[in-house]
Amino acid sequence: MPIKLFSFFATRGGIIIVGAIIGIIATILQKLGNPPNMGVCVACFERDIAGALGFHRASIAQYMRPEIIGFVLGSFIAANLFREFRARTGSAPIVRFILGVFAMIGGLVFLGCPWRAALRLAGGDGNAILGIAGLAVGIWIGTLFLKSGYNLGRSQSTHTTVGWLMPLTMLGFLILILVFPQIPGQDKSGILFYSIKGPGALHAPLVISLFAGLFIGFLAQRSRFCTMGAIRDFILFRQTHLLSGLFSLIVFAFFTNIILGQFNPGFEKQPIAHTMALWNFMGMVLAGLSFSLAGGCPGRQLFLAGEGDGDAAVFVMGMIVGAGISHNFGLASSPDGIGPYGVYGVIIGLLFCLFIGFTMRKQIA
Amino acid sequence: MDKVIDARGLSCPQPVILTMNEIKKVKKGEIVILVDTETSKENVVRAAITNGWTVKGIENEEEGYRISIVKG
Repeated sequence: MPIKLFSFFATRGGIIIVGAIIGIIATILQKLGNPPNMGVCVACFERDIAGALGFHRASIAQYMRPEIIGFVLGSFIAANLFREFRARTGSAPIVRFILGVFAMIGGLVFLGCPWRAALRLAGGDGNAILGIAGLAVGIWIGTLFLKSGYNLGRSQSTHTTVGWLMPLTMLGFLILILVFPQIPGQDKSGILFYSIKGPGALHAPLVISLFAGLFIGFLAQRSRFCTMGAIRDFILFRQTHLLSGLFSLIVFAFFTNIILGQFNPGFEKQPIAHTMALWNFMGMVLAGLSFSLAGGCPGRQLFLAGEGDGDAAVFVMGMIVGAGISHNFGLASSPDGIGPYGVYGVIIGLLFCLFIGFTMRKQIA
Repeated sequence: MDKVIDARGLSCPQPVILTMNEIKKVKKGEIVILVDTETSKENVVRAAITNGWTVKGIENEEEGYRISIVKG
């Protein structure tokens, strides 16, 4: 009897369809109110969540993004339906936390994560090319460490409760946004902060955002969609499986942008972007290296957290805390250019990644 | 005795790296890989097939899967 090796979503056709759906949904969400060329940027939206909770004081970036909640819960639902939910943790959580912090710091120097780099490119923002180039270089450095034996050690199966904590946290966030909904013109509702202007004030209706997030989370859990893995697997193994999903996202987001009149090619005056080429590049070198050392892009970390991976959950927490650090310490960029201390943030982050990469190379028995 | 690679508890892309290292080392024969997640199973199987190996069997175990791949 032939062995059934793959479910549909694990095939090339499956990953291409999932990439297409993410690209289309992300650009439609922009039409419905989400920030331009941001669609479902994981880093930006986690940064907005940090703002909604008051972890930073950037008044333009405060919104409890339902897409992120949906990503985790959608993955949680899929993993349980298909019996893939498995609570596990213990693979160097503190390292993952700090990698999450620096992934966010690097991402906010560029102004986006790999997801947004793809969506910016699909919207015509030429600065994204520098970001994607930086991302690829960061991931390439990561693969050198991987080849020389770098690893974060094994995780262990653990109490189911451990795997439930991130989904429950997201459920808590959802309850918060329902209990303290946005009041027009007010920057606070109960304990949640809201933006009156800036990207944090731009969002699609809550229910649409939530269901879009749930849908993407569900599909991404099934297909293992990962933007970092896409580039990493190509560099390491010349494998194009995940890469075809990332290409599909960019192509379908591009065409959807054209149809919706959202495609504006150029480098200058691109939405929520700056034109400092070197730092667009370097920010993403740091982010790419951090994601590479942590084993997944920011989206993938959310989906893993949804299927019970407690270490991925710690990485997500690191990113949210990293957003607070980025804005409080003047590391994050703005459309005017990089923040006053952004350069130092990137340098320290790169040094940290090299330190981790060089010192955690014990061969696995 | 076939070579058994224990990739349980290792995150992406370690199971594939360990499998690929072994494939490069032994060139042919049979390799058994233990993984603990569906994702690792898919990734290892995909890598094996891409490199011209055949999946002989996948057994469910308490802690994941036992994948046997062969090349003649």
